Amino acid sequence: MNMLTDAAIENALDKTPAREAVKMRGSDVRVFYGEKQALFDVNLDIGENQVTALIGPSGCGKSTFLRCLNRMNDTIDICRVTGDITLDGEDIYNPRIDVVELRARVGMVFQKPNPFPKSIYENVAYGPRIHGLASAKNDMDAIVETSLQKAGLFNEVKDRLHEPGTGLSGGQQQRLCIARAIAVSPEVILMDEPCSALDPIATAKVEELIDELRENYTIVIVTHSMQQAARVSQRTAMFHLGNLVEVGPTDKMFTNPEDKRTQDYITGRFG
Amino acid sequence: MSENTLTTPKPFDWSSPEAAAMRKRRYAADRRLRLYGLASIVTAIGLLGILITSLIITGHTAFVQTHVAVEFTADPENVPADDPASGNFRAVVATAVQKLFPEADSPAELRVASGILSNGTPNIVRDYVTANPGLVGQTFTLKVPASDPYDQLNKGVIDRDLPEDRRRVSDTEIALFETLEARGLVTTPFNWGLFVNSDSRFPELAGLAGAIAGSFYALLVCFVISFPLGIAAAIYLEEFAPRNRWTDLVEVNINNLAAVPSIVFGLLGLAVFIQIFGLPRSAPLVGGLVLSLMTLPTMIIVTRAALKSIPPSIREAALGIGASKHEVILHHVLPLAIPGILTGTIIGLAQALGETAPLLLIGMNAFLTSPPGGIMDPATALPTQIFIWADSPERGFVSRTSAAILVLLGFLIFMNAFAIFLRQRFERRW
Repeated sequence: MNMLTDAAIENALDKTPAREAVKMRGSDVRVFYGEKQALFDVNLDIGENQVTALIGPSGCGKSTFLRCLNRMNDTIDICRVTGDITLDGEDIYNPRIDVVELRARVGMVFQKPNPFPKSIYENVAYGPRIHGLASAKNDMDAIVETSLQKAGLFNEVKDRLHEPGTGLSGGQQQRLCIARAIAVSPEVILMDEPCSALDPIATAKVEELIDELRENYTIVIVTHSMQQAARVSQRTAMFHLGNLVEVGPTDKMFTNPEDKRTQDYITGRFG
Repeated sequence: MSENTLTTPKPFDWSSPEAAAMRKRRYAADRRLRLYGLASIVTAIGLLGILITSLIITGHTAFVQTHVAVEFTADPENVPADDPASGNFRAVVATAVQKLFPEADSPAELRVASGILSNGTPNIVRDYVTANPGLVGQTFTLKVPASDPYDQLNKGVIDRDLPEDRRRVSDTEIALFETLEARGLVTTPFNWGLFVNSDSRFPELAGLAGAIAGSFYALLVCFVISFPLGIAAAIYLEEFAPRNRWTDLVEVNINNLAAVPSIVFGLLGLAVFIQIFGLPRSAPLVGGLVLSLMTLPTMIIVTRAALKSIPPSIREAALGIGASKHEVILHHVLPLAIPGILTGTIIGLAQALGETAPLLLIGMNAFLTSPPGGIMDPATALPTQIFIWADSPERGFVSRTSAAILVLLGFLIFMNAFAIFLRQRFERRW
């Protein structure tokens, strides 16, 4: 835990002046599913150590954009991505880029909690093990413990680390998935509607967690809940029909949006 | 607002007799559909019941075997003490028969009397004495199988009340047998010989041991070949292969291969494995190779279905933390798919176990009186043994054919039950 706080302080010292540092940048991103174009020239910067919320009605392309950020769309045969997406200035669609490394650096949490049908310990230890982050059992134990701590789950599961992860409640499972993503020390965490399958109490816990994680990680979250976007994010990007309509600081977006469509959407007139 | 009134449907009287009649018709249709299903299930179970019942009615007599308790004397004159196996056991049996029927004096009568005991009796006595060399010079009682006509007579398959010219055994023969019965020497114990003996010309000695061993070796070869090949092919097609015309072609052909008549695979095995590769005829190795050609398409199809059924969320979870392709497959997808794959494998093997035509073509229907010692030895298999026996004219083989079918069905039921057990034991929820 000491290490963590040190890192947090270091981060805070380092990052405060450069608040607007850009971690990931998408320029002219277009995505095609076969013949159908799903994203039109999206230009969006993801600020470091910020929570960026992507909002918009269903089918507007926000999840598509999110899945471009760690090349999860590669798994879909007919999907084609053009334009540039950079991580720390480096094009992630460059053929020389190692996708395994990219996905370790840009972790992902999915809509439905999807723990592996293995023990809680194994769920968290799996990532560090395949990437060779810990060789000794002690190191692995430490990684599992800190990851579960950071995901706010450790106290609830410390006595049953070797029971199946699928036996946890929905909210706990989702936090386990967050712990699993944290365990490989990513720089960016992508969250695709992480609370849509959770009840309000579990949602509150996950939101609280997102707020804490911001200190160490850059977070991009897709959400259908305006309140959630307002509560957890610093910047909000509004998508509509595959276009990025508007992006700006969250408080401005929710109080004084520039685009009519954003205004209509956040006041509930469509979507 | 006027548009709204236009699109609103006319008010409908739910309680009118027409509406009630309409609902009644719909319920009747529901009931009919249910009845059709029920009727087909009853028909299927009924047909299965008829099949099994008829098999049991013909086959049950083969599970017991008439034995006659006979006193043998291993006279040192006939059986040398230093090498009992080389003794003249025909003479031993002849003396025993004479002792059994002291009243029979003419050679003709004695010949009839010795016909009561199985033709293999000298061998049985020889094996027994060889195993117990201390018996040389002693007199001992051994229960030996009665020959087929008397076996059938004892089991009531041959009717003693029929006129003499219409039955297999004559009045004299019945009279002789009845004296044995009267002396309490005839017993009808469980027929272990059916499971420990191999094939024989004499029904009372014929058993399935060789066929069971042959089927076991052939299935072993089939499993060793088709299991890894099937899984590897399925993984490639499902996880790696690009979707294009070539993979479509491969896919269509795999499906076609699964529908190719098995006798074609038998011809292929004969032409390729035996003619070109020079593998021995009748060997379980060749049988297993041919059967694996048949099970391979099934294995690939089943494995692909099992892989496809794994929810994408598990793959995404693994990919999302940077697992590479082989890690996603070997650590997550395959372990979850294993119950489905195993079930498919066992059902594929069960299919192979019952396959006859290709084995006939590669010569696994030979007449063999000892079980195979390995995959290169000549052997028969359960279905081909049934085929051989079904072709034999002796009454004893009729019931033995049914009994062998029951044994084969027993193995199939056991394999399917094992598949269900595996599925329930290893299936994990997520």
